[in-house]
Amino acid sequence: MSGFLALVAREVRLALRHPADTLGAVLFFVLVAALFPFGVGPAPETLARLAPGALFAAALLAALLPLDRLFGADAEDGTLDQLLLSGLPRGGIAAAKALGHWITTGLPLLAATPVAAALLNLPVEAWGAALAALALATALLSLLGTVGAALTLGARRGSVLLPLLVLPLAIPAVIFGAAAIEAAASGLSPAPFLLLLGAGVSLAAPLAPLAAGAALASE
Amino acid sequence: MTAGNGPWTGAGLAESVLAARDLSCIRGERAVFAGLSFALPEGAALVLTGANGAGKSTLLRILAGLLRPAEGAVLWRGEDTSADPAAHARRLRYLSHQDALKPALTVAENLSFFASLWGGAVAPALAAMALTPLADLPARVLSSGQKRRLALARLVLAPASLWLLDEPTTGLDAASVERLGPVLAAHRAAGGIVVAATHLPLPLPDARELRL
Repeated sequence: MSGFLALVAREVRLALRHPADTLGAVLFFVLVAALFPFGVGPAPETLARLAPGALFAAALLAALLPLDRLFGADAEDGTLDQLLLSGLPRGGIAAAKALGHWITTGLPLLAATPVAAALLNLPVEAWGAALAALALATALLSLLGTVGAALTLGARRGSVLLPLLVLPLAIPAVIFGAAAIEAAASGLSPAPFLLLLGAGVSLAAPLAPLAAGAALASE
Repeated sequence: MTAGNGPWTGAGLAESVLAARDLSCIRGERAVFAGLSFALPEGAALVLTGANGAGKSTLLRILAGLLRPAEGAVLWRGEDTSADPAAHARRLRYLSHQDALKPALTVAENLSFFASLWGGAVAPALAAMALTPLADLPARVLSSGQKRRLALARLVLAPASLWLLDEPTTGLDAASVERLGPVLAAHRAAGGIVVAATHLPLPLPDARELRL
């Protein structure tokens, strides 16, 4: 357990020393959200209608950005060999990487969500649901993305392959997440959709690290 | 595949700790080596030599359990190490070509991450490789020889039975190679085994040589 925490702490510390990756993802998220008003015109109703889906697509694409370096950087400098020989189970290494990715990418995206939501003219009463849904969806993407990153490690054009593998799996997160925001915007309870998202995270939390660990083992 | 004469050449399999049995390795349809066997008792050192591409690094990765041999097995006290790779991983330290350092972390932080995995104290390990004055510098500013010394300092952190060293002295100055001597001697005196791939002479007295 202490090894697991040490690995998570190292991921966070590295992200703090190299904030460019995190800032890049956050700026990408805000800029994509800012493109929609230009594309669909400034009519508030049209924009608010698009907002839940646009928010989700932008956030998930932004969270994908740092994923191809998740194992790649460690594989290049030899750290991955040391981690595999550290005595930590491979699934534990993958779980620490997924948690590290969520802390260094998912949380900053949540912090930027009010800005993106305002740009998309999302009704303020739906912001709470948007934050909750995005927190769960980015966690799911971190878990699925860790599997994708482990599978594409060492593959040529892995950075192209990775979104092709991961994004189709993230479709349920977009459906339920956007539905939760829409429900909140129209005064209904977002809870059923958030619970479904939570079920997805609880399913992926034990399974994805095992799959990613197995992919690392066969590397 | 010739084995040089060490003082313990007569050591039988019974007293050997690390043994390779009929190892072969195939990389891209080409046999790198085949039918490789050796046995090492406590405190032994094995130096792997051979031309580039002879399979020295590959053999070290197989001994570490990072690669699976095409045939044969690596035995530890008579037991196949592939049966429990995690236990094998915990008893070994592997120094690869790459130094496995994060340029953004300081020298001490790089080492303390591994100390949190394996246990051990950072300060004595830094002192053993004469890195104490550099402890608070980011690893990014180190020279390649200093980075190698930091990678070597990992070996000193916490005791492990088996050291697998891939070109440990690359980039080191004469004084640092000399500093490595007592470190290797202390490890062997405690019963540890060293397997090192190298083109340069290493401070390993009575080492057996395996020419690949």
